Amino acid sequence: MGLSPVIWQFLVKWMVNFAIIPPEASKIAPQVDALLVFMTLVSLVGLVLVGLLITGFSILYRRDKHPVATQIEGSTLLEATWTIIPLGLFLVMFVWGSVLYFRIYTPPPNAMNIYVVGKQWMWKAEHPGGQHEINSLHVPNDRPIQLTLISQDVFHSFSIPAFRVKREAIPGRYTTVWFEATTPGTYHLFCTQYCGTQHSGMIGEVDVLTPEDYQKWLAGSTSGVSLAQNGERLFASLSCNACHNGQPDARGPSLADVYGSKLMLTTGSPVLVDEAYLRQAILNPSAHITQGYAPIMPTYQGQISEEGVISLVEYIKNLSSNYRVQQTLNTTALLPEQPDKPSGKQPAGAAGAQGVPKP
Amino acid sequence: MSTIVSLPDQATAQIPKRNYITNENGLMSWLLTGDHKRIAMLYLISITFFFFIGGALAGLIRLELLTPQSDLMASDTYNKIFTMHGVVMIFLFLVPSVPATLGNFLIPIMIGAKDLAFPKINLLSWYLYLAGGAMTLMAMITGGVDTGWTFTTPMSTHFSNTNVITTGLAIFVAGFSSIFTGLNFIVTIHKMRAPGMTWFKLPLFCWAHYAASILMVLGTPVLAITLVLVVLERTIGIGVFDPTKGGDPILFQHLFWFYSHPAVYIMILPGMGVISEVISTFSRKRVFGYTAVAFSSVAIAVFGFFVWAHHMFIMGVSNYAVLVFSLLTMLVAVPSAIKIFNWAFTLYKGSITFETPMLYAFGFMGLFTIGGLTGVFLGASGTDIHLTETYFIVAHFHFVMVGGMLMAFLSGVHFWWPKMTGRMYPEKISQLAAVVTFIGFNFTFFPQFLLGMLGMPRRYAAYPPEFQVLNVFSTAGASILGVGYLLPIIYLIWSLKYGEIAGNNPWQATGLEWQIQSPPLTENFTQIPIVTQDVYDYEWLEHQKAHEVTHVG
Repeated sequence: MGLSPVIWQFLVKWMVNFAIIPPEASKIAPQVDALLVFMTLVSLVGLVLVGLLITGFSILYRRDKHPVATQIEGSTLLEATWTIIPLGLFLVMFVWGSVLYFRIYTPPPNAMNIYVVGKQWMWKAEHPGGQHEINSLHVPNDRPIQLTLISQDVFHSFSIPAFRVKREAIPGRYTTVWFEATTPGTYHLFCTQYCGTQHSGMIGEVDVLTPEDYQKWLAGSTSGVSLAQNGERLFASLSCNACHNGQPDARGPSLADVYGSKLMLTTGSPVLVDEAYLRQAILNPSAHITQGYAPIMPTYQGQISEEGVISLVEYIKNLSSNYRVQQTLNTTALLPEQPDKPSGKQPAGAAGAQGVPKP
Repeated sequence: MSTIVSLPDQATAQIPKRNYITNENGLMSWLLTGDHKRIAMLYLISITFFFFIGGALAGLIRLELLTPQSDLMASDTYNKIFTMHGVVMIFLFLVPSVPATLGNFLIPIMIGAKDLAFPKINLLSWYLYLAGGAMTLMAMITGGVDTGWTFTTPMSTHFSNTNVITTGLAIFVAGFSSIFTGLNFIVTIHKMRAPGMTWFKLPLFCWAHYAASILMVLGTPVLAITLVLVVLERTIGIGVFDPTKGGDPILFQHLFWFYSHPAVYIMILPGMGVISEVISTFSRKRVFGYTAVAFSSVAIAVFGFFVWAHHMFIMGVSNYAVLVFSLLTMLVAVPSAIKIFNWAFTLYKGSITFETPMLYAFGFMGLFTIGGLTGVFLGASGTDIHLTETYFIVAHFHFVMVGGMLMAFLSGVHFWWPKMTGRMYPEKISQLAAVVTFIGFNFTFFPQFLLGMLGMPRRYAAYPPEFQVLNVFSTAGASILGVGYLLPIIYLIWSLKYGEIAGNNPWQATGLEWQIQSPPLTENFTQIPIVTQDVYDYEWLEHQKAHEVTHVG
């Protein structure tokens, strides 16, 4: 054989590790694969059927054997058959697929939330405890994890083939996806939405750890400042507390326990306060004015990075009293700009803590 | 008597002295022609030119993907190449391929008219196409564009510093050529049918083109608007798609796919028309369930407009919107299934021969079936999450567009080549080309389904090494496929001079186009025919033949 040894080596390696689906490392993966197998089988049957019809008729009715064609108009019965059977099968796939879709995109309420910010060309993960990662994601197994995604520039797409989940990270809005990893190990993380020059370099690893290893990892990688703490600092340094301080004469609404509540807007319609709403209210405040307040809040668009917004959102989510807001109100002006704590290995942690966009 | 009847008419045939090619001479007589047949030939030459440009770019993509590293070219170059491959193949080859060449040539003849309704608009459409093509080439030569053919915002509006504006305007201009072609077909089919040519006597080729024309006329303007908005956003920052100005990048996705999904049907429907004609002719039998096939084209056109958001299942559109669009997507798959089975049953009790057009048509049916069924994998929202944006998508649409449409185009070009040029193509080598194309195609694109299942993302200049073996298969297949595409261009040009003389009706087909001389007169018919026979009426044809022979005798 004239095949070069290199190609041989590849072929052998490929056949040894032959697979047509990636490892099933999440709870949803076997369910998705079941539908994939079903659809593959139906497709094979359909393809074989069409192939048999074509070859069978070609042999039976070739001109040598069948010199004169018999003219046939058609057959309503047959046509109804091959309308209804495919339609039925497609509808089964539709229902089955939709059930899976709702499962993949409806996070359970007890899911642990991790923020992921996409940018050209890296993934930045922000854990609530203040761990920052780039192009890698550490998660514990057997625990539902929700990812809240956003992009700070173009569309990206966060894909973990081994978990069978994928979600676009879109500029200007949060999207979510969740999964429950089952098998500890290291899996591919891809950006699958074309995002420019280094699109194929925007890859990383998802490390699924056992709960004990995960605790070790958490302790070893924290930057020392949790997202909420960082948010509190930003809240003060951006002077949010000048208005949102919960005092009776405050010019802005109190933010304690606002997360998850229904706010009445000046338009007269109520709105549910979730992450997306909080983000919008910070960056584009004039779009939603709470009833009873004047539209005086300036926009923070362009003055605060996506990580900064995430910290603020995380802070407001966990804010249950205005006590500390009022405490800091009188002292922040005197505090010097706090230097970044050395976060060890992740430089993005520093940028996130400051909340100011990088050039 | 019977010996005379069985003589194929090309044995005694000669190229008619007066025909649309010899009618006038000189370059200007071609460049300023209003004759739909000459315009079709102009289109044929230009789209072939762009096909080979797009094909060369595809070759470069496959070469780069031979190894996991991005070593043949920088990733920027790779991005520009796949963008240009997509733009050229979709807007400058697939969209005009069958309609602007075969459709232009045949629709007036098939319905018994002397030309299209608006000959000058038809010529204008070719010039617009050329202008669009020239602008695209200019964009490519002066640095290229790297947004992908989908022009996703804000990539295209804010983050790419390549020739987005030139390319966008090129597609805008080429879009008008498509609108004009569609408009011409709709008016012609409505108003210029010969006496007796009722709607249900129209060849299925015309039905398919009619459906595709509606999509062109209603869909293309939306693409034009969208591209103008991209250009305006890029130049003066109007902020329609920019979230920091209150715009919404998802809006771009809606607008873009509102055209670009129907565009898939613009590309495939005319190909389906070709397959109906070819299968019927080489089985000597009317198409099984004519009405079902005709209305399935219309159904595809109608449903095709309401499935666009299935390109956005993972983009954060509402879960309930996903339900609706997933359901509609399943519905649009049904008419395609109907067509496949109707074609298969057209063979039943036929009298089948296996000339090149028929082989390509068989290739179409096999590959389109795979392409269609894998579309269902993507239409089901739960599996779409895993498969979308991977090589599964790439394989799926290449099975439909290349395995489907390109096979149909080649089938049609071979089928009507005798009519267009008056000469036969060489049969044996072209059958070989059809088989080589089929094998090469499967080798190239089938491994990509597996790659997609494994999760390899599309548009990657470099990829993890475990995907290499399948990529090597794919690249090897692409080289076979390349041979399959080069063969026809060589022997078809050869046949212009050395091919056997075809005669009026070498296939003994029933369409009106086969009842006139090859190549046709400029005015197609010396007198407008009065259509009494049914569509695909092989008994009428037999009778006609016998009648002619007795008449001569």
